[in-house]
Amino acid sequence: MITTKILQSILKCALPVLASSTLAVAQVNLNTMGLGEIHGNFQANAQYYIPDSTIGAADVPEKMLFNGFVNILYTKGKFTAGLRYENYLNALQGYPAGYKGTGIPYRFITYRSDFLEITAGSFYEQFGNGLILRTYEERNLGLDNALDGVRIKAEPVKGIYLKGLIGKQRSFFTQGPGIVRGIDGEIQFNELFAKLADKKLIFGIGGGFLSKFQEDKDPTLVLPQNVGSTAVRFNLSRNNFSLNGEYAYKINDPSLDNNFIYKHGDAILLQALYATKGFAVMLSGSRIDNMSFRSDRTAQLTNLLINYIPALNKQHTYSLLTFYPYAAQSKGEMEFSSEVKYKFSKGSLLGGEYGTEILVNYSGSNSLDTTNISIDKDTRKKGYTSSYFSIGPQVYFRDMYVEINKKFNKQWKSTLAYTYQVYNKDVIQKPGTGTIYANIAIVDITYKMNKGALRMEAQHMATKQDQQNWAYLLLEYTINTNWYVAAGDLYNYGNDHANERYHYYNISAGFIKEANRIELSYGKQRAGVFCVGGVCRNVPASNGVTLTITSSF
Amino acid sequence: MKKLNYTLLLICGLCGIVNAQAPLGKPVPSADIKTLDGKNINTSTFSNNGKPIIISFWATWCKPCKKELDAIAEQYEEWVAQTGVKLIAVSIDDSRSALKVGGEVKSKDWKFDIYIDENQDFKRAMSVNSIPYTFILDGRGNIVWQHNSYAEGDEANIYEIIKKLASGEKLNE
Repeated sequence: MITTKILQSILKCALPVLASSTLAVAQVNLNTMGLGEIHGNFQANAQYYIPDSTIGAADVPEKMLFNGFVNILYTKGKFTAGLRYENYLNALQGYPAGYKGTGIPYRFITYRSDFLEITAGSFYEQFGNGLILRTYEERNLGLDNALDGVRIKAEPVKGIYLKGLIGKQRSFFTQGPGIVRGIDGEIQFNELFAKLADKKLIFGIGGGFLSKFQEDKDPTLVLPQNVGSTAVRFNLSRNNFSLNGEYAYKINDPSLDNNFIYKHGDAILLQALYATKGFAVMLSGSRIDNMSFRSDRTAQLTNLLINYIPALNKQHTYSLLTFYPYAAQSKGEMEFSSEVKYKFSKGSLLGGEYGTEILVNYSGSNSLDTTNISIDKDTRKKGYTSSYFSIGPQVYFRDMYVEINKKFNKQWKSTLAYTYQVYNKDVIQKPGTGTIYANIAIVDITYKMNKGALRMEAQHMATKQDQQNWAYLLLEYTINTNWYVAAGDLYNYGNDHANERYHYYNISAGFIKEANRIELSYGKQRAGVFCVGGVCRNVPASNGVTLTITSSF
Repeated sequence: MKKLNYTLLLICGLCGIVNAQAPLGKPVPSADIKTLDGKNINTSTFSNNGKPIIISFWATWCKPCKKELDAIAEQYEEWVAQTGVKLIAVSIDDSRSALKVGGEVKSKDWKFDIYIDENQDFKRAMSVNSIPYTFILDGRGNIVWQHNSYAEGDEANIYEIIKKLASGEKLNE
């Protein structure tokens, strides 16, 4: 009798395991067991450091540093719960110093019905383009300004979207001192009115209000404890034409970023696109004035940012093109970007058998046209005035970029790119570093074989400033869909100081199978600025062996 | 005896959780994303009349992503004709480049369904580490295959899987 019971239990246990080996049965099993779903992902980065005094790679006392995280998501019916365990023992060099130790800084539970969604715990949220609120994560940069609190999203009728939230922002393994609260609404008219559903003109408007509270403990200044901001936006499209824009306003918000002035801040962003088969033209512009917004007045770098100021310049991927990366200047700037894409169609003279793509992008940014208010007259500590429509004299950034993509036949394809960049390192990175004028050329050729592929990148940068000329060569061999090896050398051959003409070589090998990726590399990394999505951080020079593992399950 | 039974039940429970972790057969989680003209859509509504779906995460600044989608675009008409498959390309471009997505897609004349996941809510819900990242859904809308990164020729594997799903064969993996 007892044995039968045990046997039954074993069977109960074993059967589902066996069953899950086939997909169809696995689903039945999950449904009948009513256990819900668990999935998630994992990443580990470990680096073993070898000191190298020539390039300035420091001696790391721990020898080896490690960053890792696991996300787990559990869904059952209308509920989803999730958490992220993070581990920095100790954090990789160049990673923000606040990441130390281990913990679960991110956990939440969400209930979602047809028209309502309630989240308690950690969440990421964006109002419109993010000019007054965007909490997000860039794990590779160590940027994570998630809110911890409560968020409610509702869709009372189709086409009307409402959000409300309150919370405190994440600051490494603790929280920032400020409380962030906000509401946002959006109406998409073509969804709201059935009559408009099939109209060619698509139109929507939205608006949000966001405020932060931080206690004033300053012994000398009277600081606003509540700082409110508001934004309005629209989106419009008809056939091949789209236009969207947003305007944001923030009341005075004295902070370390703006030298504790009592001036208001505002931002406007406008973007237009015309696109048809084989052709697209895009224009965008922004004016940003005193819009740094954090839930702690004294926070710096990428810490406790409440809003997001998009940089409009082209996001490059080739390494020498990102040597001097632009980041939006939330303190003040006027920015523009224009881009034309054209595809010579298949079979045309310039198109050949597969078509040829040409892209031209011209973007740039200048200072605002500001006038400082002299200290004796500035009784209300407004700091400066700015003229709304005139462009300031100081060039922050220019990028004139041309790219041609061509596939010749089934085996060969190539990308050619050239750019002229102007980079005001003084303003963007560090005072006293001057402005850099650089000409950069790229040749990227891929040769596809029966099984694998061989790819070569040759890059060259010519500049008289900073560390002068650089050359980069990369060879990448994709052996098959699972394995690849690569070797590259970045060479500062033109450095005016002959003894500083360093090589930064790197070799790597990787294995990919489905949702798993393992890469082992050895090499040197120059000191520089590392950016993802327009947000950047300084990375010191390093030399060593790096192991990266990512996996989803 | 009772104790033993409970222990077994506990092990059962754990087995169940291990089962639930198997990468096969999950439905698409719910997240709000946008169409190119700004309309909102929930990802749990993705469907293709019982035919397979490919979900590909990409961005205008991601070179290998565009290589993969270009490679599929060249054969897409044939794929659709043979298997009825639908490709949903989800861009994670944020507000600095979201408008460029439409330009990229139209100038390249991609025939895919395109959405924008501006603050990466869907990417997070799908546990995507980095892009390019591709999922394949069977005719019932369950995720049966996923793959990170793109190597030249990967599209051939994707098509093999799609063909198997379309003809009702089981995946070996």
